[in-house]
Amino acid sequence: MVEFAGWEMPVQYRGVIDEHLAVRGKAGLFDVSHMGEIEVRGAGALEFCQRLTANDVARLQLFQAQYSFLLNEQGGVIDDVIIYRVKPEAYFICVNASNIDKDFAWLAGHADAAVEVENQSAMYAQLALQGPAAEAILQPLTAQALSAIKSFQFQFADVATIRCMVARTGYTGEPGFELYCHGDAAERLWDTLMAAGEPNGLVAVGLGARDTLRLEKAYPLYGHELDDSTTPLEAGLEWVLKLAKPSFFGRERLLEQKQHGVTRKLVGLEALEPGIPRGGYGVFKDDAKIGAITSGTKSPSLGKAIALAYVASGEARLENRVDVEIRGRKIAAQIVPLPFYRR
Amino acid sequence: MEFPEGLKYSKEHEWVLIEGTSATIGITEYAQEELGDIVFVELPEVGEKIVKDDPFGAVESVKAVSDIYAPVSGEVMETNEILPDNPETINDDPYGDGWMVRVELSDVDDLKDLMDADEYAEYVAQQKEDDDEEEDEDEDDGEEEDEDEDEDK
Repeated sequence: MVEFAGWEMPVQYRGVIDEHLAVRGKAGLFDVSHMGEIEVRGAGALEFCQRLTANDVARLQLFQAQYSFLLNEQGGVIDDVIIYRVKPEAYFICVNASNIDKDFAWLAGHADAAVEVENQSAMYAQLALQGPAAEAILQPLTAQALSAIKSFQFQFADVATIRCMVARTGYTGEPGFELYCHGDAAERLWDTLMAAGEPNGLVAVGLGARDTLRLEKAYPLYGHELDDSTTPLEAGLEWVLKLAKPSFFGRERLLEQKQHGVTRKLVGLEALEPGIPRGGYGVFKDDAKIGAITSGTKSPSLGKAIALAYVASGEARLENRVDVEIRGRKIAAQIVPLPFYRR
Repeated sequence: MEFPEGLKYSKEHEWVLIEGTSATIGITEYAQEELGDIVFVELPEVGEKIVKDDPFGAVESVKAVSDIYAPVSGEVMETNEILPDNPETINDDPYGDGWMVRVELSDVDDLKDLMDADEYAEYVAQQKEDDDEEEDEDEDDGEEEDEDEDEDK
């Protein structure tokens, strides 16, 4: 167990590699109740969310979700979030545990009389059921037809009599669901899912495998690939931004950055020699430092050392050979396409 | 958990097998269990000198890097050549096929600071107790596996 943002979190249950491969091959269950939830509601909720987030909230139908950012005036990422339209005039924002207070202060600080912003993080638990067998495990436990919930859609439904928000979202690159329920019901939901999933090979998965799974898919992790001084353009996440929206925090700076070009870019690296690049290690080209690793691991699915790194834009081309300094020794690495892993 | 008699143990959880002036070094069962799946091992070159209490290599789990500290000083005579391609051998057989280096001792007095199996078993029990207490007190912030603690999405 490790302490994280005030939570005691399991890094692993039976081993990171086993858990990782179980999610890719069958299914895994994650307790991610540390994640925060903030609700924005009221007649001005849509307009408020349009101004405070970078994706186009107007595109969200009821029971649809989208990946987005809270940005500061400089276009830096306050947080990366998922926004769920839970009622015609209410949006449920899932935020990173370490950013709950910062996000809530930012949102509440910009609220006017037409919206209410409520931090509901203490109320909700979240379990993520991920993997190719996820639907087969969950379906017998609910009357809700899961096939009717498409990617980035959700429904409110009973799962073994526990009221849940069932969303087809995740952070692993596998098919699966994220289930939000009241904290009091979480343990029963966990036990019910584990019992139901055991014949399908369901295993409990800790934070360690959550990190390796997301890294193989090159999903950013706040505090590593994203932070208050990094823009989505640098992180290669321009697809999320809807710069045509009339006005939102960070838009002007992003337009400017887009026009002038970014000075650094997030790239994927694969090690060509033995060694594992880790967060913070320097990246070099012909002995000149051109950037730094943000996350790295030995990929359990691919059996290779992989990493994400910010490097000078001029060096951020595919197949470029670079060096990574690992404890005073340099090893060769190559810039590769992302994601590292595809199903 | 197994702590074979006849080996010497360090506080950094390495074991040492002494045969004359030769010392074979590896990490203990407790250490491999704490680390989890080992996916990479960095060892010194033959001929290099390792210095007691200084790092002489590293083992990496999927999640984190841990230095290996030299329990004794000496010159590296041999390294375990199966480890670079099969680092998980350390998990499977920490006291046997998972050995790391063999050194020629430069000072036999180094051995005085090491524990025998019983002392080490007690030391590990104490460490585990400390861990549990830390967890109870919600102050669990200095553990090895915390190194790479993430702001999880």
